[in-house]
Amino acid sequence: MSDSKYFQTTKKGEIHELKEELLSQREDKKKEAVKKVIAAMTVGKDVSMLFTHVLNCMQTHNLELKKLVYLYVMNYAKNHPDRAILAVNTFQKDASDPNPLIRALAVRTMGCIRVDNITEHLCEPLRFCLKDQDPYVRKTAAVCVAKLYDVNPELVESQGFLAILNDMLGDSNPMVVANAVAALTEIDEVSKHEIFRINQNNLNKLLAALQATTEWGQIFILNALCKYNPESSQEAESVCERVTPRLQHANSAVVLSSIKVLMKYMNSIHNNDVVRALCKKMAPPLVTLLSKEPEIQFLGLRNINLIVQKRPEVLQYEMKVFFCKYNDPIYVKMEKLEIMIMLANEKNIEEVLLEFKEYATEVDVEFVRKAVRAIGRCAIKIDRASEKCIQVLLDLITTKVNYVVQEAIIVIKDIFRKYPNKYEGVIATLCANLESLDEPEAKASMIWIIGEYAERIDNAHELLNSFLEGFKDENSQVQLQLLTSIVKLFLKRPKDAQQMVQTVLNLSTQESDNPDLRDRGFVYWRLLATNFEAAKAIVLSEKPLITDSTSHLEDSLLNELINNISTLASVYHKPPETFVTKLKGLKRGGLRGVRDEDEDEEPEYVDDDNNNISNTMSPQNSQQGYGQQQQQQPQGPQKTGSLIDLDLSDLNFGSPVNNNQMTGGYGQPQQQQQQSPNDLSFLGGGGGRGGPSTPPKVNKVLVYGKEPNHQNIVISGAFTRFNGRISLELNLLNTSQISMQKFKIQFYQNYFGITPADPILSCGSLEPNQQTDISIPINTTGASSPQMNPVIDMCIMVLPSQERFYFKITFPFNCLLTENGPLDKESYLSMWKSIPELNERSRDIPVRVQFNPDSILKSLASKNIFEIVRKRVGNQEEISFLSCKTENSIYILLELTFNYQTNICRCVSKTTSPDIMALFEHTLEFLINNPY
Amino acid sequence: MAASAIFLLDSKGKVLISRNYRGDVPMSVASKFVNKILEEEDLNLKPIIQEDGVSYIYVKYNNLYLLATTERNANAATILLFLYKMIEVFNEYFKELEEESIRDNFVVIYELMDEMMDFGYPQSTEPKILQEYITQEGYKLDKVKPTIPVALTGAVSWRSEGIKYNKNEVFLDVVESINLLVSSNGTVLRSEIVGAVKMKSKLSGMPELRLGLNDKILFENSVKTGAPKGKGVELEDVKFHQCVRLSKFENDRTISFIPPDGEFELMSYRLNTTVKPLIWIECISDSHAHSRVEYMVKAKSQFKGKSIANNVEIIVPVPSDADTPKFRCTVGTCRYAPEKDAIIWTIKQFPGGGKEFLMRAHFGLPSISDERPAVKPPIMVKFEIPYYTVSGIQVRYLKIIEKSGYQALPWVRYVCLSGDYQFRTA
Repeated sequence: MSDSKYFQTTKKGEIHELKEELLSQREDKKKEAVKKVIAAMTVGKDVSMLFTHVLNCMQTHNLELKKLVYLYVMNYAKNHPDRAILAVNTFQKDASDPNPLIRALAVRTMGCIRVDNITEHLCEPLRFCLKDQDPYVRKTAAVCVAKLYDVNPELVESQGFLAILNDMLGDSNPMVVANAVAALTEIDEVSKHEIFRINQNNLNKLLAALQATTEWGQIFILNALCKYNPESSQEAESVCERVTPRLQHANSAVVLSSIKVLMKYMNSIHNNDVVRALCKKMAPPLVTLLSKEPEIQFLGLRNINLIVQKRPEVLQYEMKVFFCKYNDPIYVKMEKLEIMIMLANEKNIEEVLLEFKEYATEVDVEFVRKAVRAIGRCAIKIDRASEKCIQVLLDLITTKVNYVVQEAIIVIKDIFRKYPNKYEGVIATLCANLESLDEPEAKASMIWIIGEYAERIDNAHELLNSFLEGFKDENSQVQLQLLTSIVKLFLKRPKDAQQMVQTVLNLSTQESDNPDLRDRGFVYWRLLATNFEAAKAIVLSEKPLITDSTSHLEDSLLNELINNISTLASVYHKPPETFVTKLKGLKRGGLRGVRDEDEDEEPEYVDDDNNNISNTMSPQNSQQGYGQQQQQQPQGPQKTGSLIDLDLSDLNFGSPVNNNQMTGGYGQPQQQQQQSPNDLSFLGGGGGRGGPSTPPKVNKVLVYGKEPNHQNIVISGAFTRFNGRISLELNLLNTSQISMQKFKIQFYQNYFGITPADPILSCGSLEPNQQTDISIPINTTGASSPQMNPVIDMCIMVLPSQERFYFKITFPFNCLLTENGPLDKESYLSMWKSIPELNERSRDIPVRVQFNPDSILKSLASKNIFEIVRKRVGNQEEISFLSCKTENSIYILLELTFNYQTNICRCVSKTTSPDIMALFEHTLEFLINNPY
Repeated sequence: MAASAIFLLDSKGKVLISRNYRGDVPMSVASKFVNKILEEEDLNLKPIIQEDGVSYIYVKYNNLYLLATTERNANAATILLFLYKMIEVFNEYFKELEEESIRDNFVVIYELMDEMMDFGYPQSTEPKILQEYITQEGYKLDKVKPTIPVALTGAVSWRSEGIKYNKNEVFLDVVESINLLVSSNGTVLRSEIVGAVKMKSKLSGMPELRLGLNDKILFENSVKTGAPKGKGVELEDVKFHQCVRLSKFENDRTISFIPPDGEFELMSYRLNTTVKPLIWIECISDSHAHSRVEYMVKAKSQFKGKSIANNVEIIVPVPSDADTPKFRCTVGTCRYAPEKDAIIWTIKQFPGGGKEFLMRAHFGLPSISDERPAVKPPIMVKFEIPYYTVSGIQVRYLKIIEKSGYQALPWVRYVCLSGDYQFRTA
């Protein structure tokens, strides 16, 4: 019997005919008619006008007919909310039908109808079905609670369904448990309160159900296990013991979820032998993923990428399984290549290079390029292999395949940055291929090489001159590089380049409308005009070596992604909040998460001096301990206690705190430097990152010792951010008669989770009338308490031995803004779109300083609020788009409209975490009106 | 973590049938998906893509797209596996999932979609059990009201009670496929066995089965066997059907289970080998640009003398602009397959024990050719060797215990197949 005949009625008057048939007394006629209606619905015809007629067929004992009518109602109830109510009676009746199949069907379907006046009537049947004697009905009802929550969370909470769901974790049927877990997990994700907490009590129930439920149920439970933080190493071990058998499951999703649990729990296991054994057990199942369907391979490879970053030992001996096969889909090949680079080491490099060389002769251009790039990255990653890598690249250049040659030149430039003065021998070969260069990046790379080694290339001036001829038609990247290289040549061999340097400076400063090029041209011009030797020292200074950090995600992001193994986040390598807009409870999870202070790792070659940010994290436990201790101190000053709840309007940003906080050219120029070595070469030893930098002087505010009851000590201090690190600068003056020692510091628990990295202050004893300056590194990884207002006054106490001094100090919000806040236009746009309108805020900020957007924006950039693009609208307005990112990876997107007429700057903002915005706007207003 | 909606689309991207599970993603997104996959370059076309806040997870099967959408941080692995499970279930129902069979069975497909996933969470996906209460001939059931199979929520969710056979039998097929990758200079880069134990059970009641293999790890843990060491096989990774008690396997390495009825894959395994590739190919090509190209291909069997490889196909790539083929071979037949740009050399029976065969081919080349770099597909080999496994794995026993106490006969067959068997060409 074929259903296709139902699609064939296309004659006129069809709807009318269907109405007739639907009114038929005969059940089989009715069924045929409903099937035709469903067929029409399937091909996208609108049959909603038949709603009442189809509804009439609902009261039937024919299960098939009933299912079809339910399907119809599910699809069209939205269009007829008023008439959908007519179905309620039948639904309710069916929900108490003797046949459990029908009971479940009724509850399941009712939950899918997202019409308010239906959901109200769902509560009673649902309550009964949650306690139904048949497990099939109970498991369906459990999911239905999640459906109801999606439509009307208040109703679910007020009806006590969440408590029933939690009780269901102890259900005798493992499938009911699994569905209850799925529903609770989902609700917990969007709820503002924590409604699903795994404790030792229900942990065992979940582990028991894990062994007995279906493959899908196992996945729900495994995912939920990741929410639990084991209390001891033993507990973590025993959970892992129960989970490891799942690695043998035929379903790859079960396997990946098990690996997620193991990766998480391993962090809590102290016994290294156990960890090693677990790592060993994870390797074979991961490798097996590569013999599955290509889509699963892709997913597996994206996750393996994360796992290898976190625990390289897991797959260290498995290089060969990642070798590409001819018939692998391109998306699989690209991912394999990435992992091969990560696993490459001194021992296997020969083998790997042979493979890369093989790939570089394939036909797929992008794959070939990536293979060539891979060789370069290996050269930079593995010192001892650089020679071999260079040799392979030279071999490839002799193939004369245009894009291979260009890609090779680009990576050789990077190799020169890593190993200066080591491989100039190859320059001759490179120069022989000048004519084949037509891509800007390759050209710019070649020009950089010529400029850098100008003293060793006899005909450097001729080569550069040949590029100079077409200067105006070149891409700006090439123009900038050409300018720099010619200046370098001039500094090294003045006679040869006298004329050229004049020409290029003229072209750059007078005939170009690219501001970057003009600016750079002027800088060189003035440098050269003022002092030739100084120019030499600056332009030809030694550059920091580069390292390969291309395949390394920032620690905090990596940890977050590891916790998201097998989800979309692990595929995109992006934290969920950047692409999911539906997570209402996001802010809770976002700020609760533990983060490292390490940051700022651009996914590009990063200068060495950027890597020495030390990671000073004190154990989480001790911090929490402090938090509790503080709360238990009722004798703590009432005054400070009330300060926590200060109204926002009370905030004062003591201007000295913010003034001078950062001086000099930190901000945008810095970002540019990281993007390509080109830009670095001209700033050389000048300002910015290259030179020795000292923290700016901070003006501290008197915070203790100003009031009559304050005795014994005078404290002043301020928070500051420098080079990506937050610190609290304190000055202590002992006004008592005795010497003080053993200073400790504690912070009150606060919204941002700010804690001192080390509670013990590094100063020794403080004699009477002596004063001392201390700089206290700050972590943002402490326990944050989300229920507190995000007010930014901090209450802090200093404890010299037994005595305590409580004081309050302003924490400037911009200290939380990281250096890697800039976005490119596209990401800005897509992020803006992805944030719901609801989160949009707008506020007018009167500008009381000189109304000059340029200087204001420059000042903002120095505070890590970065401009992306600016445009002029009419004569009176200038709109600037900006972005910044907080320590806990919340992006704040801004649109500042400067109106010259009114001297008002209108700020429209969007962020995923709107509750910090009031504070942010306050800070912004302050920053705008107090430029540095 | 769940899917919002599932779509089945034809090769042009027209929606054949869909089911909206959560109502949070508009159904019009399907057309966006179509535009995306039709316009996007192959390179960026990954199986999981994101556009305007909606994630699309899809697999392609028989000119169909199975697509799931979500707006959340869904569990991508679960969704992908679920899509494959859908294919399996539909194939079980309609013999072959294709455009035609979807139109012919849309009512059942709606029912199955309703049963297999609820609110985006996968539920019951065991084809055997689903078939007990969701049937194509729904009208027959008017008299007997369908009820829920006990198995659906029972501890044994894959098997129903009350199955009856007059003759109780079990058939085991041990199938090994060999993946091989050899570099152009003749170095074996990878040699891997992916094996599977497939079972067809025709057993009454609720039988308890225990399977014994000569896996090394199994060996060392069972004290009684006393079999000589070193003879066992070391499997690197083993995966089991959900009927196998994994914790029991973890504890004492016994494979014990209550099988589903009918055919299923009991376990799969994977191991790397160091044995010589079963069929070795050497190919020398001599290309004279703009005039001709000549090939000399040597095939050698490297498996035991008693075994025979059947239906051997050696597929040798040739330039796409080659013409006027001429062949000579010592055994088998040669054919030029222009649609594959390859010579296919077929040998019906290839005896083991170091036998060598030769094939020579000659092609003309056009006097004008394009300058693009040549494609270099590998030489592929297909074969099957019955009664043989490379790993040496053996079924040592299959114990069948049922409370009625019947005797059942297990039958075991072994076969070795070529998997991805590739020799790169220079």
